[in-house]
Amino acid sequence: MNRKVCIVGVGHTNFNSMTPDVSWKEFMYDACKKAYFDAGINPRKDVDSFITCAEDYWEGFGIFDEFVPDQIGATLRPCCTVCGDGIQGMANAYMQIMTGLMDTVAVEAHSKVSDLLTYGDVVLHAMDPLFEKPVSGPVERERYAGSPSYPDNNPKPLVGSTDEKERVHPYFLAGLEMQHYLRSAKVTEEQCASVAVKNKKNAFLNPYAINQADLSSEDVMSSEYLFNPLKRLDISPLVDGAICFVLAEESVAKKLGIEPIYLNGFGYSSETPWLSTRGMDAGYARQAVNMATKMAKLKDPKKALDVVEVDDRFSYKELQHIEALGLAGPGEAAQLLEEGELYKDGSLPTNLSGGSMGVGNCLEATGLQRSLEIITQLRGLAGKRQVTDAETGLAQSWRGIPSGTGAVAIFSRNPEVKT
Amino acid sequence: MSEERIEGQPKYAPGTHVRSKDIRERKITYTWWEPEAQYAFSLGPANSRFLKELKAGKIIGRTCRKCDRVIVPPRMFCDWCYDTTHEWVYLKDTGTVETFSISYLDPDAHLIEDPILVGVISIDGASPKHGFMHYFGEMKPEDLRIGMKVKAVWKPKEERVGSVTDIKYFKPLIGGDE
Ligand SMILES: [Zn+2]
Repeated sequence: MNRKVCIVGVGHTNFNSMTPDVSWKEFMYDACKKAYFDAGINPRKDVDSFITCAEDYWEGFGIFDEFVPDQIGATLRPCCTVCGDGIQGMANAYMQIMTGLMDTVAVEAHSKVSDLLTYGDVVLHAMDPLFEKPVSGPVERERYAGSPSYPDNNPKPLVGSTDEKERVHPYFLAGLEMQHYLRSAKVTEEQCASVAVKNKKNAFLNPYAINQADLSSEDVMSSEYLFNPLKRLDISPLVDGAICFVLAEESVAKKLGIEPIYLNGFGYSSETPWLSTRGMDAGYARQAVNMATKMAKLKDPKKALDVVEVDDRFSYKELQHIEALGLAGPGEAAQLLEEGELYKDGSLPTNLSGGSMGVGNCLEATGLQRSLEIITQLRGLAGKRQVTDAETGLAQSWRGIPSGTGAVAIFSRNPEVKT
Repeated sequence: MSEERIEGQPKYAPGTHVRSKDIRERKITYTWWEPEAQYAFSLGPANSRFLKELKAGKIIGRTCRKCDRVIVPPRMFCDWCYDTTHEWVYLKDTGTVETFSISYLDPDAHLIEDPILVGVISIDGASPKHGFMHYFGEMKPEDLRIGMKVKAVWKPKEERVGSVTDIKYFKPLIGGDE
C-alpha cells in the first residue's frame, strides 16, 4: 500500500463582510460547485465521502450536520461533520483515503458569521462557566435557564456581575496573551502593528481579499486601544466565505489528468482549556508542526518552505505562530519582518494572501483559506503575488478565541517533499 | 434533599429525588449560564420568493429540467443532479396527505384537549412526495387518512406576513371546492 493523497480541486465564494443575497445553503453550494468543476468531477458519482467543518453555535442550528448534504452534493451519501477548523477536516479526509475505503473525499468549511447577531456572546459562551465566565463580566439574567415558570422569590444565580456596564467582550483574552507575548519575546507594539500593515498591503494583490489598506504602523498605533495592548487595527475583521477542496488518491488525479498538489503532512493539537494554566506560547502550533513535519519527512522546514500562511487573527499572532512553528527563534519573528524576510521576495514569504488581516476572519474556514493560498501558489496561479518556483508550502490555523487548538498542513508539488 | 417518596416511585429503585425546591435552595451544587445566541438567517432568492408568494396567497416552486422535477419549497439548486434549478412555476394550493400524526401532548407533556393534527402534504403540480408540513383543520381526527385530498385555508390577506403560517391549515378537499 503506497497511497498518496493530493488536492485535485478547489473552489471558493467571494469573501465579504456580509452576504444578504444568498442563504447559507446557496453560499456553500457556490463553493462546492466550483471545486467539483475545478476537479472535473460529478459529486453525485465521483465523490465517495463528504466532510463539512462546522460548529453549531456559529451556524445557529442544533445538530448542523443534518443540514449539510443537499448543498454539498451529499444527499444519501456518506457524509459527516468535523467540529473544527478546515485543516482538521482535511486531515480526516486524508485518513479516510488512506484506509482504502474512499478514493475521493470533499471537504467544505465556511463562515456565514453575518447571520450571527451576537458574536461576542457566543465566544463568551465558549468559556468555562465556573471560573472564566463569571470574571468576564456577564450580565446576570432574571431567571433560570429555560425555566421562566420559577417563582418570583427564587434566589438569583450567583454568577457574574449585575452591572451591564461591566460586561467585557471576550477578545480581552487576546489582550492577555499579547501582553504576555510582548514581555516574553521582548517585542514592541509597533512591531506587532507592522504585521497588520504588511498583511493589509498584501491584500491589494489578492483579488478575493476585501480588507486591503495602505497603512503605516503609526496608523495602527494610533487606532484606539480595545483590549490594551491590543488596538482596533490589530484585530482582523469578520467575514463570510465558503471554501471546498476535493482530495483524492494519487491514481484518481492521474486519471483526471490533473497535476496534483500533494498533502504531504498534517498535524493538529489542543491545549488544555484552563486559560490560567495553559501556555501562552501557542503550544498547539508547536505540537501540530512536529506531527506534520515528521509525517512529511521534512527535516529543515525553514529551508524547504517556499511559502507560508500562518494564523494572524490578531497581529501579534503571526509573530507568535512563526516562532511556535520553529521558523524563527523565540522573539526573532519581529526581526525577520523588519528585515523584509516575510515579504514576497524574502526568505520566508508569509501571508501573501493577506491573511485574516487582509481577507478577514472566516472562523472554521480559516485553515482552508490559508491552504487555498498555498495551493494557488504551488499551482503557479497566484498572479502578482506569485512566489517564483514555489514547490513546498505550509498552512497553519488556530480556532480563535478562546480555543487552544491549532492545525498545520504541508503541501508540495512532489509526492515526497524536496528537502 | 427532599426525602418524601414520589408517588409511583418503584420500591426497587430507592433513592433521593431531586426537586426543583432543592435547586432553588442551593442544596445542589451547580453553576448557571444562559447563552445569548441570536441569528438572522439570510433566506436567499428561493425562500424569499416562496414567502413573498405565500403573502400573495400563492404557492410557488422551481423546476429542474435535468431531473424532470418540480421542487417545492423552491430551491436554487437541485440536490439530485447538483445543478442549478431552472424556472419558477406556480402550483395549486391543494395536495395529498402523505403521512400524519395526531398529537395529544404539548412540549411540556401536558395533555391537549383538542389534539393537534399535523402532517406532510405533497402539493398538486409538484413532483410526487414534494411538499411541506402543515396543520389540518375542519376535520375530525378519525377522518384523517393517508392519500386524502386537502386544500389550503389561507389567513385573510391583511393578516399574511410572508410565512408558512399564512396558510392556517389544510382542510378536506371536497368535489367542486377547487
Ligand atoms: Zn436535478
